[in-house]
Amino acid sequence: MGNSIFDQLPISQYIYLCCVLFAIGLFGVLYRRNAIVLLMCIELMLNAVNLLFAAFSSYMGDSNGQVFVFFIMVVAAAEAAVGLAILVMMYRNTRSTDVSLMDKLKG
Amino acid sequence: MNPNYIFTLLAFITILCALYVVISKNPIHSVIALILTFFSISAHYVLLNTQFLAIVNLIVYAGAIMVLFLFVLMFLNLNKETEPVKSTSWLTAAAIASGCLLVVLVATLREGSELVMKSPNGHAGLVKTLGKLLFSKYLVPFELSGILFLAAMVGAVFLGKKKGDDDQDELIIQDNAGGNNG
Repeated sequence: MGNSIFDQLPISQYIYLCCVLFAIGLFGVLYRRNAIVLLMCIELMLNAVNLLFAAFSSYMGDSNGQVFVFFIMVVAAAEAAVGLAILVMMYRNTRSTDVSLMDKLKG
Repeated sequence: MNPNYIFTLLAFITILCALYVVISKNPIHSVIALILTFFSISAHYVLLNTQFLAIVNLIVYAGAIMVLFLFVLMFLNLNKETEPVKSTSWLTAAAIASGCLLVVLVATLREGSELVMKSPNGHAGLVKTLGKLLFSKYLVPFELSGILFLAAMVGAVFLGKKKGDDDQDELIIQDNAGGNNG
């Protein structure tokens, strides 16, 4: 293997892949109603951004971007823990994880 | 072997699994597909020669977070539930919105491919390099992330705690919420 894979693989391919992944995650957030699947789609979007960070970091030969990916992972782990705790509480109160039931603030 | 072939194969696996996460009616299948997606993204990290991220992605995402999801899913016993399907107008609206975002993102980010590649540094993704960076330049954020984890842990335990029997007010609120939707 040579110094870098970008001699043969253009960075634009990674950009397209990450955009598609992000759009799939957004579609899931808009379309699904199960709160646990919504959380999973958010994880998907975070991973698309992480992959783009890593691709550009590798492309520029700069390690700082990978540190940012590490911090995004930290925040995602905390977010998943708190989000799932909220979900369990919501299930305990309404016996459902359907987010469309959560419309008490609607005027 | 040409990295183009490996990339194309991995990209197909990633996108198919991600689509199955969104499309699948059964949440358990969604979780399994998401784990496969994370594994293929880890393979992408290996292809990019960012070894630290590949390992951390496997441990944190595929290991910890997805086990948490799976555990909550089993705990809530949702696997037999068939969720009510949104109407096709929702489907078209969501598809159009995410399609527009995709077009905008691609149009914006494709300028990034015109960046001039700096001299490739094969050590950029090694554990040694990142560890030195993490414990010198990013020491304060690293310690702050420990505090963030502590706060998240306290919050999760507090939210997940069952209400005490002596707390009558909260029980009444709970009953009201259950009665409204039941």
